[in-house]
Amino acid sequence: MLEILQYKFMQHAILASIFGGVSCSLIGVFVVTMEIPFLGVTMAHAAFAGGIFGLLWGINPLIPAFIFCFLSSLLIGPIADKADFNPDTAIGIIFSIMMGVAFLGLAMIPGPKTEALSLIWGSILTISRADIILMAAISFVTILLLVLFFKEIQAVIFHREIAASVGIPERSIYYGLLFLSGAIVTTNLNTVGGLLIFSLLINPAAAAYQLTYNLKKMFILSGSFGVLSCFLGLFFSYIFNVPSGAIIIITSSVIFALALLLSPKRKVKQVGQVTEGD
Amino acid sequence: MVPIVDIRNITVSYRENVALRDVSLSVEEGELVAIGGPNGAGKTTLLTAINGLGKLLSGLVRVFGVEVNHRNINQIRKAIGYVPQRLNIDPRMPISVREVVMIGRYGRIGLLRKANGKDRKVADDLIDSVGIAHLADRPIGHLSGGELQKVQIARALAQEPKILLLDEPTSNLDISAQRSIVELIEKIHRQRWLTTFVVMHELTHLPKSCGKMVLMKNAKIIFQGETLKALSENILSEIYDCPVELLKTDDGVVIRALTNVRNTTV
Ligand SMILES: Nc1ncnc2c1ncn2[C@@H]1O[C@H](COP(=O)(O)OP(=O)(O)OP(=O)(O)O)[C@@H](O)[C@H]1O
Ligand SMILES: [Mg+2]
Repeated sequence: MLEILQYKFMQHAILASIFGGVSCSLIGVFVVTMEIPFLGVTMAHAAFAGGIFGLLWGINPLIPAFIFCFLSSLLIGPIADKADFNPDTAIGIIFSIMMGVAFLGLAMIPGPKTEALSLIWGSILTISRADIILMAAISFVTILLLVLFFKEIQAVIFHREIAASVGIPERSIYYGLLFLSGAIVTTNLNTVGGLLIFSLLINPAAAAYQLTYNLKKMFILSGSFGVLSCFLGLFFSYIFNVPSGAIIIITSSVIFALALLLSPKRKVKQVGQVTEGD
Repeated sequence: MVPIVDIRNITVSYRENVALRDVSLSVEEGELVAIGGPNGAGKTTLLTAINGLGKLLSGLVRVFGVEVNHRNINQIRKAIGYVPQRLNIDPRMPISVREVVMIGRYGRIGLLRKANGKDRKVADDLIDSVGIAHLADRPIGHLSGGELQKVQIARALAQEPKILLLDEPTSNLDISAQRSIVELIEKIHRQRWLTTFVVMHELTHLPKSCGKMVLMKNAKIIFQGETLKALSENILSEIYDCPVELLKTDDGVVIRALTNVRNTTV
């Protein structure tokens, strides 16, 4: 069993699952508490559209993928704020645009489209060293930003208008988090794939949301659930010889279901029992 | 003396609705200003024009002697406490009452710095003085409307602001809490010489030290001046479009609409 760890591809897959799990599930806390779940799919489609044009133009797909994500994250906030839309509506608009662009690009690719389609599914077992370094870097940056700007992020998650009214640069923080989400989706896209990203953004954070009333604990729980899902998913996929992505999605969903069952937020407290901040 | 808030000919609209039409108002440091008027008159919009949350179509706002613009707005907001009319909070929000009061400090503390002992003490003292010490560790989404209102007031005061904007601060409170919040507002106004704007429907709760009154209707300021002059049956009848009776008591005034002309269609 342990000899599998000697293989480079497996070591890479394990590192990728740690970094991918951490970065996606941490930013997932923002996505879940701000109630913008479709941000994940939208960013994935933006990155996908960019990736396809990268293939078309014969350049590294990551570069246009980053640019598309960057532009999307720059547009979503201002569209929602200027038009006084629900952010989800703005996200939906960008989603449909990116979807259209992606299909356009896909149609322009001659011959078989396997390389493009691998962007949707990702493949955690064919990760390169450069991918790992990039994923490690984005995970590190995410954690650093969360630590450095925790109090501002907390205020924005509580209420954007209140955060603005106390003199916090609320727009920069909010738009910055949107962009960070895009960057995380982009760096993880060709390893974990667009479909998996969505569940890694939502499931661990949603599970953590069920278990705590403390934002710091929610970040820690969500990050742990993300890594755990990826780890177990990888392990089961090796044992049962099934695609890792599918198992990672299932594992994270099971964790969410368990959290829902065990959630103190659904229990009726007994008289006299004081609600603590945990 | 330079007025601490100087609003000049501002117009604010939410797309097709004009919420303020060519409104001017100037307030000196240390004044306690009550703002009254019917629903939809533009009271909330007037408050948000002062802290820059509302967007001006024309005109200008000077606060602390400087014109508010997008570059200095964050700096100015740090010195303006704001209690909005209502807040909808998700019951599962993973933030406690104490943390919400601390948010009031965050603007002042600034980026890349941590809250220190003094910040925590200011927050704790305010939690005590608005009477929510027993709720301090509760999730913020688990409060009643009135309890949440007190948290918001503590949060705004935690900024140690120079200007306080209160949008119907007593609207959700029980009668004893109404009284204690009004007394708190007065006390703070007195102790810190804090310029205070308070939107209020129930003029019974008008703090005694309230020297100035602004009455609004249809996106305009109809009356501004001494509170004693504002409290006249003529002016109030015109503002509310119905005959009004004023009952003076030892404690203040009670205003009663006699026949409610506006609501006859309901
Ligand atoms: N977000 C909004 N979108 C569109 N119109 C708005 C919005 N907010 C307020 N208005 C309109 O602007 C006008 C002024 O609103 P404002 O909230 O300032 O009134 P108010 O005096 O505070 O009323 P109330 O006593 O009910 O709180 C109203 O006609 C209202 O319909
Ligand atoms: Mg109002």
